[in-house]
Amino acid sequence: MEIGNVLILAQKELKDARRNRWFLLYTLAFTGLALALAWLALSGIGNKGLAGFGRTGASLINLVLLIVPLMGLTLGALSLAGERERGTMLYLLTQPISQAELLMGKFIGLALAILVSLVIGFGLSGLLIAWQGGTTEAAQFLELVLLAFGLALASLSIGFLISATTRKSATAVGVALFFWLVFVFFGDLGLMGTAIVLRLDIDQLFTLALLNPLQIFKMAAILAIRSNLEVLGPAGTYALRTYGSQLMIFLLAILALWSILPLAGTYLVFRRKGVL
Amino acid sequence: MVRVKDLTKRFGTVTAVDHISFEVEAGQSVALWGENGAGKTTALRCLLGVIPFDGEVHLSELDLARQGKAARRRMGFVPQEISFHDDMTVKETLLFYARIKKTDIFSSQSGDLLDRLGLVTYLPKRVRDLSGGTKQRLALVIALLANPPILILDEPTANLDIQAREKFLSLLAELKGEGKTLLFSSHRLEEVVTLADRVLVLELGKLVADCHPNELASRLDTRAMLKLYFEGDEWIQQALSTLTGHGYSAEPNGTGIWVQVVPLEKAKPISILTEAGIPVSDFQLEH
Repeated sequence: MEIGNVLILAQKELKDARRNRWFLLYTLAFTGLALALAWLALSGIGNKGLAGFGRTGASLINLVLLIVPLMGLTLGALSLAGERERGTMLYLLTQPISQAELLMGKFIGLALAILVSLVIGFGLSGLLIAWQGGTTEAAQFLELVLLAFGLALASLSIGFLISATTRKSATAVGVALFFWLVFVFFGDLGLMGTAIVLRLDIDQLFTLALLNPLQIFKMAAILAIRSNLEVLGPAGTYALRTYGSQLMIFLLAILALWSILPLAGTYLVFRRKGVL
Repeated sequence: MVRVKDLTKRFGTVTAVDHISFEVEAGQSVALWGENGAGKTTALRCLLGVIPFDGEVHLSELDLARQGKAARRRMGFVPQEISFHDDMTVKETLLFYARIKKTDIFSSQSGDLLDRLGLVTYLPKRVRDLSGGTKQRLALVIALLANPPILILDEPTANLDIQAREKFLSLLAELKGEGKTLLFSSHRLEEVVTLADRVLVLELGKLVADCHPNELASRLDTRAMLKLYFEGDEWIQQALSTLTGHGYSAEPNGTGIWVQVVPLEKAKPISILTEAGIPVSDFQLEH
């Protein structure tokens, strides 16, 4: 794989993102909501005596859980299917580039575009918090940004796999939205319901949570901000007791697998199907 | 230059390309001929290495299955449906593909090419605003960036009007004259006769003939009707008897006559009549 080709394709993808209406819409929505949450959190500082970054970070977790996967899944789903539908993929692959270079170039380009979007949203709300509430717990806030990017990579990777396996971009987006709903639904209510109906043990419940990248992000983000998972109930307590100080590394490794495995799957599908 | 052995492509139970084998020498121009669905486009896509296939394809001694990227460096491709990124300008498009091909659009060779194909004035325009003919010329410039020895073209004039088609064909003829190896698909006999040294005839994915374009023309016997007009009605009867005397099937039709003509000899009745002193004022050809 030639890194030069990957960078050329990534650069093009990044430029294209500026013209992508979905991307602009997500960036605006995320930034607007992040600023609103920061303002709401800051308005309670005087009464509760809590630091701005910690409180806003906690509220931002829920925003990230909703918007970031939606962004990654849909943009990923549109990527290959859209190029295939427009015929541009066929033309690109007739050039001296490999399928792996095209895939990596598109993935890196879109990942950077999402990172820009997250940096704008988190950055502006961070500036507001720093200005109004000081810089206490800014490091945890930064960790949250990085974890959100990790979730974006996992969602993007799943979006790519959806895109590689579907012919039409409309179908790909539909499937991506379905996955988003499943991930969001199986966040808390789904897990609780499943645990009650199937009478799952606590370790089984924790394992089930790892099958959802949103849950992994949530656990890691809460751990980063509060250093314990009591807020997540018995499953959180079990995780912390079992993995101890290694829990964060374990969660990050699983989140990384959620990025790597779907992307590897995408490559295999892409190789088998070619441009068709 | 190009060596294809037992090339086969199946889509489920359908065999689109069925064990075809052929070779193309350097500097040769070879047409893939066949009806729609004969497997021409699929065969070309296999030769470009963009879809998986069974069999062997070697381009300049490079095994396409293992060295696809290196092989594609030695060829330029002009597709039937031109699909560029519409939001980019012509210049951005050229720069993007030039970077991939590790060349410079402002090098003397590429600059000459832009000039020759009349694209310099289009550089700031968005691709979506270009006509079909201009997009086709842009695709040809991109195909020729980095000066590859082989050009692969899929129905290169299918979407062009008659004037643009003529221009494009003469460009391709010039490139052939400069020693490029051309491999193109077509279902237009005139195009094949003008440009190809050899024709590979495909039927339902199988290679059924490898022949000279004239042989294909006579085999197809694609007769056309030539309508001839004269300066006065008095010439009609004389023209009819002259042409029937030369073995042509001709009949009067209003202000002129219809003559059945064969490929590669469509203008012959006009020269017969001119030699016989019968002035032809106009003509019209219908297939």
